[in-house]
Amino acid sequence: MSAQMAEYDRDLFHPEEEPHHAEGSSTMLGFWIYLMSDCLIFAMLFATYGVLGTSYAGGPGPKELFELPLVALNTSMLLFSSITYGFAMLNMTEGKQRATLVWLGVTGLFGAAFLGIELYEFYHLIHEGATPQSSAFLSSFFTLVGTHGLHVTFGIIWLVTLMVQVARKGLITANRRRLMCLSLFWHFLDVIWIGVFTFVYLMGMLR
Amino acid sequence: MQTTTHPAISPILGRFTLESLPLHEPIVVATFVAVAIGGIALLAALTYFKLWAYLWKEWFTTVDHKRIGIMYMILGIVMLLRGFSDAIMMRLQQAMAFGNEGYLNAHHYDQVFTAHGVIMIFFVAMPIVTGLMNYVVPLQIGARDVSFPFLNNFSFWMTASGAVMVMMSLFVGEFAQTGWLAMPPLSGIGFSPGVGVDYYIWSLQIAGVGTLLSGVNLICTIVKMRAPGMTMMKMPIFCWTALCTNILIVAAFPVLTAVLALLSLDRYADTAFFTNTLGGNPMMYVNLIWIWGHPEVYILILPMFGVFSEVTSTFSGKRLFGYTSMVYATCVITLLAYLVWLHHFFTMGSGASVNSFFGITTMIISIPTGAKIFNWLFTMYRGRIRFELPMMWTVAFMITFTLGGMTGVLLAVPPADFVLHNSLFLVAHFHNVIIGGVLFGAFAAINYWWPKAFGFKLNQFWGKLSFWLWVSGFYFAFVPLYVLGLMGVTRRLRTFEDPSYQIWFLIAAFGAFLVALGIAAMLIQFAVSIRDRKKLVDVTGDPWNGRTLEWATSSPPPDYNFAFTPIVHDGDAWADMKARGYQRPTSGYKDIHMPSNTGTGVILGALSTAFGVGMIWYVWWLAGLSFIGILAVAIGHTFNYKRDYHIPAADVTREEDARTAALAGAAA
Repeated sequence: MSAQMAEYDRDLFHPEEEPHHAEGSSTMLGFWIYLMSDCLIFAMLFATYGVLGTSYAGGPGPKELFELPLVALNTSMLLFSSITYGFAMLNMTEGKQRATLVWLGVTGLFGAAFLGIELYEFYHLIHEGATPQSSAFLSSFFTLVGTHGLHVTFGIIWLVTLMVQVARKGLITANRRRLMCLSLFWHFLDVIWIGVFTFVYLMGMLR
Repeated sequence: MQTTTHPAISPILGRFTLESLPLHEPIVVATFVAVAIGGIALLAALTYFKLWAYLWKEWFTTVDHKRIGIMYMILGIVMLLRGFSDAIMMRLQQAMAFGNEGYLNAHHYDQVFTAHGVIMIFFVAMPIVTGLMNYVVPLQIGARDVSFPFLNNFSFWMTASGAVMVMMSLFVGEFAQTGWLAMPPLSGIGFSPGVGVDYYIWSLQIAGVGTLLSGVNLICTIVKMRAPGMTMMKMPIFCWTALCTNILIVAAFPVLTAVLALLSLDRYADTAFFTNTLGGNPMMYVNLIWIWGHPEVYILILPMFGVFSEVTSTFSGKRLFGYTSMVYATCVITLLAYLVWLHHFFTMGSGASVNSFFGITTMIISIPTGAKIFNWLFTMYRGRIRFELPMMWTVAFMITFTLGGMTGVLLAVPPADFVLHNSLFLVAHFHNVIIGGVLFGAFAAINYWWPKAFGFKLNQFWGKLSFWLWVSGFYFAFVPLYVLGLMGVTRRLRTFEDPSYQIWFLIAAFGAFLVALGIAAMLIQFAVSIRDRKKLVDVTGDPWNGRTLEWATSSPPPDYNFAFTPIVHDGDAWADMKARGYQRPTSGYKDIHMPSNTGTGVILGALSTAFGVGMIWYVWWLAGLSFIGILAVAIGHTFNYKRDYHIPAADVTREEDARTAALAGAAA
């Protein structure tokens, strides 16, 4: 505090140079705060699952429904997509536009694979009669996992939009900032998924 | 209930039929005719005076935080009239329905009390609070705008979109008949099959997006955009309360979003979250919604604590007493706001230990709040107090709010709450703190900052009349409700048998009538002041001898707020500058970098309304198309990289020279 005080002469009413808030200088902070609010939505869904997760209403529970090998494969898809997004960011900092785009594309494919497997799992469950309407447990399961899946879907739409923008305008400052935001978003979804994998699938099998 | 049987859902109109129009309710039809005539007259006037282009260019598409703030305030005041109409309808019904049915049937009455609560909290108090923060915060921290100017415009239009849907429910279909928190299973599809609860859900969801984003925006603004030298502990106290409020918004509104989404799933997809069957748990809804709901009341009151602090210090001509303790008290309240939600339903039966915990945390909140009251009193002590209108509202607040706080502490005692839960004692308590705190604060703020926003003061006579009518009306209206609550009357009742209650309801209705006159006097105050604006003009930009930076610039401030950004050396920056003989620089202006206007926010707001209407009425094609439209417009907006411009130095010079001349003219 005192250091900042010393910067300004007590008799000076206006700085020599106007302070410049570069465009987007608050974006990373703002996006981070937004992500934390999104995290709260997931917190509510986890809490709901925590309360209702054992209300089977006489229907099937996790042990009868979940197939861990499939979920493990799915988890690896999402984890790989985080790594490849990391590669895209490394190439971005080196200014390699083509490599950035390639790695973004790979990320999108992993994300799509994740969604495909998830949809297959949902289809399979519903086909077996384990629908979101069957019990409070299944309502909260489908909602928690489905909300995560919706986030991944929007992430992919965003990813494609950014790929178009990078291809058109190059790795300009605005695009780098946007890629940084999506990076935060993508890794955030990964962290949420680790929570889902642990609390819903693994601990569900232990019940 | 007229809506229990629905014809098959039409692929084109969803569940809308001609029967959805409440043509059988004479009161609604008369209201509709009045609103339609007024609306057509307004639209005709706008067209006749060729104001559409002006409104579109200067207001609807603006990214200027000041104009957006004013639009929020106008929205809040317009919706106050609607919310108050509901209030006076309830007061009349309860005053006359003794041994008879009164004049409102149950279907209508239940909508009225639900709409009253929803409108007053979400579309009166929230827009006023957000509008004030939007207007004042950037000026107080010496910034040119907020961190994300476009987002700010978008947030406003999302809030407006929610308000439009609530108003629409009055004439097309119905509103929820569930009470303002729409508790299941009553709000489930089984007991509320109509469109009412869906209007409730979608108007709050859409407005909630706006609230959340404006919360993110203002946090970033306060953290990142402060003038050089303004450390956190040199910020005006209103900015501190705004910061804490926006932290509460960001940390509470997602909970509302999530819980309403779960309720929607129960209603639309037949899931089993809050049902009595298949393992659902209705009390979970009550818990979740109050985890949002309790922080919400602090979201409303904290900025008003900031307003009262600014007003008390300005009109006592003194630095605020105990600035540091005020900051800490605000932060403690922010934290404790999350630890008390269960006191809204001690009667759930969670056991003595849980109830004790939440009873004690609730009582602890009165400590920082009490500290604030003492800080204001000590600020006034030995000050040269000027009893201008803002200060009068502040004194009325201190007395009224303290009474409301004391009845709150009574309700915080779980055994007492078991007797008083959901009684009119509770209704009296929360009106006592919300009217005495939030509304009195809003009126203090309007009278205080109006000269800044428009360049002339408000009329004193009508302001004082409004003040006395409001304050006395409040006591007449709500003290009887305390009495009735202690007599055992519960809330939301439509008819009564025991004639001994009636006198109290009559007194309460008289109070509501006084408040109606108070509102009328306030509207006249605005009209008279606008008419006499030449006489009430203030060219100094500092009519109250203010202490913070918003008073350092002209009234109304130019688009860029400050020609030169000030350096802050002291907590009361402007008072400090004046004390050290500050002379306003009159030359050397430079280009100023500013954000450009955009119509995207209006378009997204309109599409969101269409989406909401589609979801409410099961018009799936409309919902689908407008959702795709929202995505397309939002993505399209990101392809626009050129969102700013420079105000040329010549324009700044012209603006500032005019002010120099005006100041010289006033001094001569």
